[in-house]
Amino acid sequence: MKITRIYEDAMKSCVICNSCRYCEGLCAVFPAMEKKRVFNLQDMDYLANLCHNCSECFYDCQYAPPHEFNVSIPAQFAALRQQSYKKYAFPNFLSFIFEKNAFISALLLVVLFFAGFYLAFAGKNSQSGDFFDIMPYTYMTSLFSIVGILVLIALIVGIVKYAKAIELKNVSFSAFIQTLKDALSLKYLGGHKNEGCTYPNETRSNVRKIFHHLTAYGFIFCFIATSLGAFYHHFLHIYAPYDLTQFPKLFGFIGGIFLCIGTLGLLILKLKADKKLIDKESVGMDYVFILMLFIVSFTGLLLMFFRESEYLAALLWLHLSCILTFFILLPYSKFVHMFYRFTALLKYNTEEEQH
Amino acid sequence: MQTKEFDVIVIGGGNAALCAAISAKEENKNLKVAILESSPKEWRGGNSQHTRNLRSMHDAPTDVLTDAYSEDEFFDDVFKVTKGQTNEEYARFVISHTPQAVEFAKKHGVRFQPSMRGTLHLGRTNAFFLGGGKSLVNAYFTTAKKLGIEIFYEFEALDLIFEADACKEALVLDKKNNQEVKFRAKVFIIASGGFESNLEWLEEAWGEKARNFIIRGTKFNQGKMLKALQKNKAQIIGDPTQGHMVAIDARTPKYDGGIASRVDCVSLGIVVNKDAQRFYDEGEDFWPKRYAIWGRLVANQEEQIAYSITDSKVQSCYMPSLFPPIVTNSIEELAQKMKLDEKKLKQTIDEYNQSVVAGQFNHTIQDNCFTKGLKIEKTHWALKIDTPPFYCYPLRPGVTFTYMGVKVDKTARVYKDDGSLFENLFAAGEIMAGNILTQGYVAGFGMSIGTVFGRLAGENAVKVMKGLK
Repeated sequence: MKITRIYEDAMKSCVICNSCRYCEGLCAVFPAMEKKRVFNLQDMDYLANLCHNCSECFYDCQYAPPHEFNVSIPAQFAALRQQSYKKYAFPNFLSFIFEKNAFISALLLVVLFFAGFYLAFAGKNSQSGDFFDIMPYTYMTSLFSIVGILVLIALIVGIVKYAKAIELKNVSFSAFIQTLKDALSLKYLGGHKNEGCTYPNETRSNVRKIFHHLTAYGFIFCFIATSLGAFYHHFLHIYAPYDLTQFPKLFGFIGGIFLCIGTLGLLILKLKADKKLIDKESVGMDYVFILMLFIVSFTGLLLMFFRESEYLAALLWLHLSCILTFFILLPYSKFVHMFYRFTALLKYNTEEEQH
Repeated sequence: MQTKEFDVIVIGGGNAALCAAISAKEENKNLKVAILESSPKEWRGGNSQHTRNLRSMHDAPTDVLTDAYSEDEFFDDVFKVTKGQTNEEYARFVISHTPQAVEFAKKHGVRFQPSMRGTLHLGRTNAFFLGGGKSLVNAYFTTAKKLGIEIFYEFEALDLIFEADACKEALVLDKKNNQEVKFRAKVFIIASGGFESNLEWLEEAWGEKARNFIIRGTKFNQGKMLKALQKNKAQIIGDPTQGHMVAIDARTPKYDGGIASRVDCVSLGIVVNKDAQRFYDEGEDFWPKRYAIWGRLVANQEEQIAYSITDSKVQSCYMPSLFPPIVTNSIEELAQKMKLDEKKLKQTIDEYNQSVVAGQFNHTIQDNCFTKGLKIEKTHWALKIDTPPFYCYPLRPGVTFTYMGVKVDKTARVYKDDGSLFENLFAAGEIMAGNILTQGYVAGFGMSIGTVFGRLAGENAVKVMKGLK
């Protein structure tokens, strides 16, 4: 009942947007909207994920509350995005568990994993700072590989379901490249002529884009670091721990710092954001995701600094517990927005090309 | 009673008021400038928040305008739409200042859409605000705040107090605290809009008809300053029934329906009144002229209502609108739903259909589809209404703004009714637009007038102030 209402409200707003069109130059959402005369549920899932929640259209809207038309694209689309993440997530039941009790579920998982590691490896430590003295190599890699593969499958199924629902088809190479560029540069978060968007409040700034970039690129750097680590280990037979002149460490260190600053920044911005622009229901899930990402990167950095201390084992268990929890959360968290947004943008650029 | 002192007081919070306040402050940064906006912050900006573009002449393509649009062509457009009821000297004066108006807007944070996107056929004559008029208003308020202009929200000017030829103070209602405050200043700029939101006043002018009018814009344009000026012997110009009136969807709320309330399909079908009769050539012209005439046409029909009827053939030729059309599979059913006489409607449509001369339908130009033999012909886009489903939009007059106002000179100073000038009183925007237009309208010209005269009012107010004791 409530979900129907969320969709109905957003569709009503879209009809009003479509007959007004004052915002058509703001971002991709409005030209995409203009291609439709009637909206169905899938259209809404597409449009909602094309939206960056930058709030320009809210402040510019003559029909925004207190107007009785109550057009509030940022808040209404945020609610829809939340629905769409849930709707296409796989396996679906897990998304409901995390949706209802995001904080508690995440915390519980961290505690459980930590307890498990403790029970399995209590008493082990390392003077040299070698993780594998604490947790055997095969154990660590097989655990993470299994969880990683399961998570990857869940993610892919969800994304394919979404792409099918919004009818993404006939993608050309050029549209793909364009989308990649738009996504990597966060084109639409820069507002008009890169003057920034009205987030977290009416004053225009690029601050969110900067924090988002730090977060996204920090994540990519950490991913590269991990992959490089594996590559060094298996093919170059250069084993951890690495020092700062070596690429795995360098990427990991920079990525970790980027992630810490970026996620903290996004968290603060979220707290400061104009309450009119936020969908209260999706806030909990968003916080948990950003917080987890922060904790993962922060414990990673701690691990690096206290490598040669007596806390190494505990820190390692904590860091790995957080990463595992984070992994499990991924398909059901804000993390998927990256793929949904990309897919939506891909559809947009494809349609623009054919237009 | 509390008294506040300023150098310049601007009454109003729309485009003209903001341009005036910003210009005055930039003319002399040391001046204390205040803006009195009668609405709460969320509703600020008067009718400017509902606007979309500014009409501007230009000799060559710019970043926001395509091709070229000469002063003469611009004037011709104004002349045509107003049926010659325009003051050529003043109109050309405004038109020649429009290029600077766009530059002024850009310089003060207003963003325009690149000329190539969107409603292309207008990109030549009108510069579109990115995000619309509310975005423009927001940009100007931000600039005003940065410049140190004091902004008073929910302060409604009620009256003006004069000594000889000079305005001494404004009596203002602080709505939040429900108390009256005196605002004294050396110069006053009135940019508080027209009186279209004042239903009693509309009824005085139009009679009972006005009860069925819908106000497309803000509910805050109550015309209190116009009344005060009238009382204090300012020279009033214009007819209270003249203004901009558009045929809008009859289901629109009483206030602030804005752009989304317009019905775009009038020229594609036929329009009948309560008696199921056509009453005007729907194919006479299209955008933007059509919008300017149909409001008044509907206002003069019985019960101020009309019905725009099309069939499924032209569905994709017009802009979707806020309210869904009423859709039926037969004319009889349509008549029932609209509470029209079935036989009469059938007869009107049959007669119309029989008179349609086959031609090449093209809704983007004045095509060669017309009727022959009707009392009121349809001269373009005449297609038979014969392919169900049938679509219908009920129409009502939507008042956008009024033209009755005060006479000003070319420095925006207000005339007294004896032909002399007030010492320190200026006017800009809708309250003096009647100096240029007395009927009809071309899109975006109101914002041109507001920007040009707003700036003049601000600059000249400061110049005049230097000469005052």
